[in-house]
Amino acid sequence: MNNVETYANIPVIINKGADWFSSIGTEKSKGTKVFALAGKINNVGLIEVPMGITLREIIYEIGGGIKGGKKFKAVQTGGPSGGCLTEKHLDTPIDYDSLVAAGSMMGSGGMIVMDEDDCMVAIAKFYLGFTVDESCGKCTPCRVGNKRLHEILTKITDGKGTMEDLEKLKNLSSVIKDTALCGLGQTSPNPVLSTINNFWDEYVEHVTEKKCRAGQCKALKKYYIDPEKCKGCTACARACPVGAITGTLKNPHVIDQDKCIKCGTCYEKCRFGAISIK
Amino acid sequence: MDTIKLTIDNRAVEVPKGTTILKAADQMGIKIPTLCNFELEGLALKNHPGGCRICVVEVAGRRNLAPACITECMQDMVVKTNSPRAINARKTVLELMLSDHPNDCLQCPKNGKCELQALAADMGIREIPFQGEQSEYPIELSPSIVRDANKCIMCRRCESVCHEYQSVGAIGAVERGFPAVVAPAFGKNLIDTNCVFCGQCIAVCPVGALSEVDHTGKVLRDIANPDVKTAVQVAPAVRVALGEEFGMPAGSIVTGKIAAALKAIGFDYVFDTDWSADLTIMEEGTEAIGRFKAFLAGDKNVKIPIMTSCCPAWVNFYEKFYPELREYPSTAKSPQGMFGATVKTFFADKIGVPREKLISVSVMPCVAKKYECEREELGANGNPDVDYSITTRELARIIKMCNIDFKNLPEAKFDSPLGESTGAAVIFGVTGGVMEAALRTAAEVLTGQTLPKVDFEEVRGLEGVREATIPIPGVIDLKVAVVYGLKNARMIMEQIKAGNCPYHFVEVMACPGGCIDGAGQPYHHGDASIIKARHAAIYKADREMPLRKSHENPEIISIYKEFYGEPGSEKAHHLLHTHYFDKKKHFDLEK
Repeated sequence: MNNVETYANIPVIINKGADWFSSIGTEKSKGTKVFALAGKINNVGLIEVPMGITLREIIYEIGGGIKGGKKFKAVQTGGPSGGCLTEKHLDTPIDYDSLVAAGSMMGSGGMIVMDEDDCMVAIAKFYLGFTVDESCGKCTPCRVGNKRLHEILTKITDGKGTMEDLEKLKNLSSVIKDTALCGLGQTSPNPVLSTINNFWDEYVEHVTEKKCRAGQCKALKKYYIDPEKCKGCTACARACPVGAITGTLKNPHVIDQDKCIKCGTCYEKCRFGAISIK
Repeated sequence: MDTIKLTIDNRAVEVPKGTTILKAADQMGIKIPTLCNFELEGLALKNHPGGCRICVVEVAGRRNLAPACITECMQDMVVKTNSPRAINARKTVLELMLSDHPNDCLQCPKNGKCELQALAADMGIREIPFQGEQSEYPIELSPSIVRDANKCIMCRRCESVCHEYQSVGAIGAVERGFPAVVAPAFGKNLIDTNCVFCGQCIAVCPVGALSEVDHTGKVLRDIANPDVKTAVQVAPAVRVALGEEFGMPAGSIVTGKIAAALKAIGFDYVFDTDWSADLTIMEEGTEAIGRFKAFLAGDKNVKIPIMTSCCPAWVNFYEKFYPELREYPSTAKSPQGMFGATVKTFFADKIGVPREKLISVSVMPCVAKKYECEREELGANGNPDVDYSITTRELARIIKMCNIDFKNLPEAKFDSPLGESTGAAVIFGVTGGVMEAALRTAAEVLTGQTLPKVDFEEVRGLEGVREATIPIPGVIDLKVAVVYGLKNARMIMEQIKAGNCPYHFVEVMACPGGCIDGAGQPYHHGDASIIKARHAAIYKADREMPLRKSHENPEIISIYKEFYGEPGSEKAHHLLHTHYFDKKKHFDLEK
């Protein structure tokens, strides 16, 4: 079984010769590579680049930089079994070996660019959701281990995580890598391990401060009404689907955090910019 | 032979090429824990999926840990079975397993016999660090087997046994990922599948996911009931295994203690299935002789080979897979069935109790016997010949519940008139035994001569398929085959179907080595030496019997005189023979 990409390379190699093909790329990874460039980037799509190109060249030249001029945060390569690379990896020439050395992989050739609005804990959870679904169930570490990893990540993004959970994540991830039967299980903890390595602070923030700096973890979001800006128009209180906002006409309103379901309706209704997300 | 040198836990070892790390370590006295890995050596039962990952070890230079059970030794390999990395991984994998396990050990049928429980104890598990979703499956009851998939650890031993050893394939891995479990396809119950209730899945299950239907409560209830009388029969293989449940060495023969224990428990009449095994030989032997004679006379319609029909899982097998060949097996009921029919007619009349007031119980090494008890054709007016059957393990529990010191119990004798037996009967408990018992009687009946030697060594052994030619002087060179494992039985059935079966007489047992490793026996946990000790004990019990041929049993001679007339009589046909059904349609997916 071969990928379409491999077959697509064959006619060019036949027409132009192996030497020509080998002249492109790095010492160990010859030729070109197709990536599916996606995420928070201006030019998305399939790109074919020579091996050894840097992430910076791909993201800022071919990809045209981050959407909306936001700040680059990470790039996830290799699909669900791959890992997240950061700013410090931007100038590394990428080939099969350097990606593995950096804690990710070429894998599927997926390349997803993330900006400051992406939560790395939620990203790890997202990818793990895929491996939980795809596990065949034959070996224990993948069948049960990935499920437990996913549950711990869910606990953290729900704001219920502890520092002990972070230790469990680390140990469990390395044991799954060490003991799973096939390539799926052996690589499934990569998104967790690479985000733990590169974005440890974000994990700790979720656990100790119950804060998601990207504002992605709904359970950790808090909506506040600035009493200075609130005109007491009652628009938010009338729109709130769960009756979490109280206040009288022309007086500042208050959100009951226990009742609030973080739907964001009040935020959209407010005409005075009095509601903020923390 | 090519050998490999390697180092395990800082000790050098040399092993034949192809040896796994697990086996190499085992030879050195290093016991790497396992769960899914299973092998009953020399008895054709094995399971090596490499799925549980409990046996992982550290191999120098290898990126990840290696499963010792399926990793072959390589030249100059350096293995650490007890490094902190290996122990941590093993413990974490075990904790994961326990995190999706009910952990209700005190109420579990495998309590004290569970391999997962033992491993958790050895690994010093004090808490389970992972909490989360638990698998939830309904608990399923069938006539023989209780299936609690919530306890399944996906070792898949049962699946290997069911598919590869029995060629039945009633259960297999279903679903994927976290919900994956071993179960019948399409959410069916076992009774609606091609399951033959051999119960070998129970015998190999390391945990309590598969267990026997428990009738111990019924036994205690009926014994205490003043309105009924109770009669019990004990199968041959039980007497060479029950002692294990009381710390006695494998292969201890405890016949007299069983009789004493059953009396102490309070059964009114303590009889022996060995008696009806002798009766089976009379009936089945007579039927066989009749068929051989017809065959020799050139009758083209006679069904040859005649096949034994005492194994209830085998009966289920041909009813479900080969109903078109169901005229080949003997119509003789099993010894359990013959005993039941006799006790509920002849004996009930003798003691003046209506059959409904005489509770007939059997102690069997088997769980398929429970299914056999529920067969409508094995009873009269809706009252079964055998009310229920308990396993060797259930009897052990009852003995313990009744505060009986089994090990030190003085021996007793079975009651008359259904208690006397011969050596031919006791060997029913091993593969080849029914064949040998039948030959002892058939040869003498056919030739009219006394056998110079009663031992038919040719049909003994523990190979899954054995064949022999037995000369019956002046009559026939009898070609016989003895098989155990339904996969081997299937092979014979395919030969019959193709018209090229070379045998005249075939014995089939479903379980490894015959009833000695029936699914109701004490758990062997993969130790084949236990089965071999039981095997030797059966032949020892045979040698020690004063009478070794069924037709010489005085209580058999007298039952024919008093009740049945002669073997194959109309009354014998009515009570001691049965008929088989086409049960293929019940599970055939195409229909």
